[in-house]
Amino acid sequence: MSDPVLTQLVANLVAGRIRVVDLTQTLSPDFPQIVLPPEMGQAWPFRIEEASRYDERGPAWYWNNFSCSEHTGTHFDAPIHWISGRYLPDGSTDTIPAAHFIAPACVLDCSKQAAADADFLLTVGFLREWEKRHGRIPGGSWVLMRTDWSKRTGPVAYQNLDETGQHTPGPDAEAVRFLVAEREVLGFGSEAIGTDAGQAFHLRPPYPCHYYMHGSGRYGLQCLTNLDLLPPTGAIVIAAPLKIRDGSGSPLRAIALVPAPANAPARDRNRTSEAKKRGIKRKRR
Amino acid sequence: MTRPLVRPPRKNPMLKTRVPTLPPPGRSRVALGLTAAAARGRFELQVCRDCATVQYPPREACRACLSQRLDWRAQDGAGELLSETTLWHSHELFYRERMPWRLGMVRLDCGPVVVAHLHGDCTAAPSRVRVRAALDRAGQATLIALPQKDTPNMADDRQLREMTCDPKFRKVLITDAKTPLGQATVEAIAAAGADLVWAGYGEPWKKTRGFDRLASIPQVSLLPLDLTDSRAVRDAAGEIGGRVDILINTADYHRIYGIAARNGLETARAEMDMNYFGLLRLAQEFAPAMRGRGADGQSSAVAWVNLLSIFALSNFPPHGTYSASKAAALSLAQCLRAELSPAGVRVINVFPGPIDDEWNQLLPPPKIVPARLASDIVDALRGGAEDIYPGDIAQEWLARWRDNPKTLERELAAASR
Amino acid sequence: MSRRRTAYDEVVVTAPVTVPYVRYSIHGAHWFLAGALAELLKHAGLSKDKIDGLCVSSFTLAPDTAVGLTQHLGLTLRWLDHIPMGGACGIVALRRAARAVQNGDAEAVACIAGDTNHTDSFRLNLATFSQFARDAVYPYGSGGANASFAFLTGYYMRTYGAKREDFGKLCIAQRTNALKFPYALMKKPLTLDEYLKARLIADPLRLFDCVMPCAGADAFLVLHRAQAETLGLPYARILSTIERHNAFPDDAIQYRGGWALDRDELYAQAGIGPQDVDVLATYDDYPVITLMQMEDLGFCEKGEGPDFVRRNTFTVDGSLPVNTSGGQLSVGQAGAAGGFLGLVEVIRQLTDQALGGAVAGARIGLASGFGMINYDRGLCSGAAILAASGGPS
Repeated sequence: MSDPVLTQLVANLVAGRIRVVDLTQTLSPDFPQIVLPPEMGQAWPFRIEEASRYDERGPAWYWNNFSCSEHTGTHFDAPIHWISGRYLPDGSTDTIPAAHFIAPACVLDCSKQAAADADFLLTVGFLREWEKRHGRIPGGSWVLMRTDWSKRTGPVAYQNLDETGQHTPGPDAEAVRFLVAEREVLGFGSEAIGTDAGQAFHLRPPYPCHYYMHGSGRYGLQCLTNLDLLPPTGAIVIAAPLKIRDGSGSPLRAIALVPAPANAPARDRNRTSEAKKRGIKRKRR
Repeated sequence: MTRPLVRPPRKNPMLKTRVPTLPPPGRSRVALGLTAAAARGRFELQVCRDCATVQYPPREACRACLSQRLDWRAQDGAGELLSETTLWHSHELFYRERMPWRLGMVRLDCGPVVVAHLHGDCTAAPSRVRVRAALDRAGQATLIALPQKDTPNMADDRQLREMTCDPKFRKVLITDAKTPLGQATVEAIAAAGADLVWAGYGEPWKKTRGFDRLASIPQVSLLPLDLTDSRAVRDAAGEIGGRVDILINTADYHRIYGIAARNGLETARAEMDMNYFGLLRLAQEFAPAMRGRGADGQSSAVAWVNLLSIFALSNFPPHGTYSASKAAALSLAQCLRAELSPAGVRVINVFPGPIDDEWNQLLPPPKIVPARLASDIVDALRGGAEDIYPGDIAQEWLARWRDNPKTLERELAAASR
Repeated sequence: MSRRRTAYDEVVVTAPVTVPYVRYSIHGAHWFLAGALAELLKHAGLSKDKIDGLCVSSFTLAPDTAVGLTQHLGLTLRWLDHIPMGGACGIVALRRAARAVQNGDAEAVACIAGDTNHTDSFRLNLATFSQFARDAVYPYGSGGANASFAFLTGYYMRTYGAKREDFGKLCIAQRTNALKFPYALMKKPLTLDEYLKARLIADPLRLFDCVMPCAGADAFLVLHRAQAETLGLPYARILSTIERHNAFPDDAIQYRGGWALDRDELYAQAGIGPQDVDVLATYDDYPVITLMQMEDLGFCEKGEGPDFVRRNTFTVDGSLPVNTSGGQLSVGQAGAAGGFLGLVEVIRQLTDQALGGAVAGARIGLASGFGMINYDRGLCSGAAILAASGGPS
């Protein structure tokens, strides 16, 4: 006999009072991968090779082998990923306590600002404004920066590179320090490639989100999508990376549980409306 | 007078595509010496070390003094046409499909008498001719007698075109058109009269100087193509593979590390994934259609060009893992050559010395300029060779390697200390 | 000065037989060679065990050679030879067998030549004819001997002023001869107009300049004269023979053959001259080679072949009967049997056994052989002067 709390959760899910939102981009070879200067070790893009497809290589089955970086597509960053977190205990994907994989989330709507300025930096001031409307950011929650960046179709627009590098929004150093020190959040999530802004190399310290979050044993989520379907507060994010020994992160299936409106239809497990909302479409030739 | 080639009419889609046939491919082992030289664009015959008699047909011992010390030496091919004929009947399907066919008997100034294909502009015997060695559609050396001086539209001779892979009126895929070499190759192929040039490019988010200019060339069609993505290669082949007459694989991932200079496998695997597995993906997806179109009318599938490197012959330790990836590509290209040969599609391997680009920054000159290399590729397609070594460095390393591969290995190791 | 060669005194050649030629056959070469041997035995009234020597020529016997035939046909022999010399094999077989019988190495030598012809066997033979052909000729157009002889014909015409009408005259005369020969595959008369306008094969050669490959066999028996007389067989005597291989290697292109080197010896040993020859058999794979043989065997000077042709007639009743059964050009070329065809016809004429037209009063016959385009020229040449029994010794 399971606990009534969990029975109620299942009943609410079945009845459609709790909706599941898929926060994950599809893993495909078309999805852009972070680009580093050529002298550096590169992160592999997603690649997939068929092993058999009901053919002479395997008559009754279809399967593939795939390869990618730990930081390909929608993915989780562990503390050990950054130099500031290299010595922390429980800092790799196989040692992070599993309880941390389910947490509430605060969603900060920066979509208008990001649309106007690709290099938009989230500031403490913005955070305080948000808290005035939605309340204090609880400790142990994810802070997700909604920019609607996932709606950018085409890898060129999504990555947004020019001669000075990538131009995507992110937090400034002070905002990160605030979230870590003053709010003790679980981690930071973004829609673009990187929890830090594309030009964060030039902030002090460089890549402050990575530096401070991971340096304090916190986590990152990147290339999220459908943040516009989440309420500012009240969503529960389930984000569990692969249990890779000494892993610095991994691609994952990030989902959110959100309360549905009272008159929402019973949940159809098979609805695939997410397909329409896929962030990156295949470019036509 | 050779009539200039006219653009062939569009193919009638209702007609069965002609299956490729080949001229007789068998040769004795000694005769393969002629092929080995023709593969490098040279006409060589055996010369007796003891009495200097020049031998033809190739043989095991000198016909004058029985010496077994016969060396292959370059010949200039000058000679006199003794007699000629035009064949109207042949015992082999390849020639039956290409009747009539002109042949000549030439006495070379250096001594032997040879049977050769006769260019249409050679005048009746007796007359002076130049004999050249080219690879025929079976990939074997064959001799062709040309008029003593170049004539207008000489390359358009119907018989000569059977031995070359001229891009004129053909459709060409250049797999990476973004690099300076890729861009130069697109321009050179377009200038050589190709009907259509697909300019392949990967990593669309990366802008490269000069690439946008290519789209303004009328024959050029930009084609997204990432050789590290199997599905993308398959999709590209599905889209255009049935029309590609010449494939030029310019994709090249070049880093400058040996073994000790770089920890981990990431860089070396990236080199292999592009330089070796990229070739394998291309070959799996594009070769089948090209094999079927080896005799598909006047604009048939004719050539597959691989941009390798002189480093493929002998490892250059400062670029050690790159060299290894090019050596792997070379071996695979030999496999591809064998698999495409029944269709008469020639695999041309290009082994340039260091190209004048950012990855070869620290190597001293002479380095080869992309425009020059592109022009060498076009020359290779128009000629009858299959292994090209452009530039002074490549020529020198090749000479040392042929002389003794072990000494070149030591010399390269010493140079890199 | 080489030693003077021994005369053939008591050695004779008899029993000219033919296995009828057919265009294509499903049988192997063994079938035709067995047929020739059986015909020889029947014609000579000999049992098989009386044959103690065998000389074989065939292109399509592979993978067998003469050795395989001994077991295949149930022969036990003390002398065996295999002669892979194409159009010269008849003359060479005669030379080998005659010396064997003369010196007592064998008593009765059967010389047989034959080949089968399947629809693709000619092409397969060509493709593997010789190393030089495979490396340096066949890849160039794969025209076979037609291409090689087109070169020689074109050169000869340009150098000596021969016209196609000259070649045509020879072909037409041979066709006339063939119309009476029962085994000839070409059965229609040939006019000059048809000859000149026939389909181009390899310029300047046209259809009627080329032989038709077919299946068939020819054979003869070499015996001691005493035995031939005991058996009651008509025979021809051997006055002289010559043989040469790879003559004039430094000629840039072939315009003469080995006979030019050896003809003086041929006539000297026979004690006759060209004017004494009553019937001539040239090896006629192409008309130009017949002209070459006429010149090199002394019937006229080098280069005067065209003039010689214009001044003479070559039918059975002509001024110089040539290839009186029709030659290969009208009978057909049954592979190696083509090297026996002319010799067998000369034996028939000299022994009053002509199957077609007979040359009246034929006492002296000359049979010539030529063959093996190993690369760019025929390497083998040979000739034999035979006499009817009772003729000059």
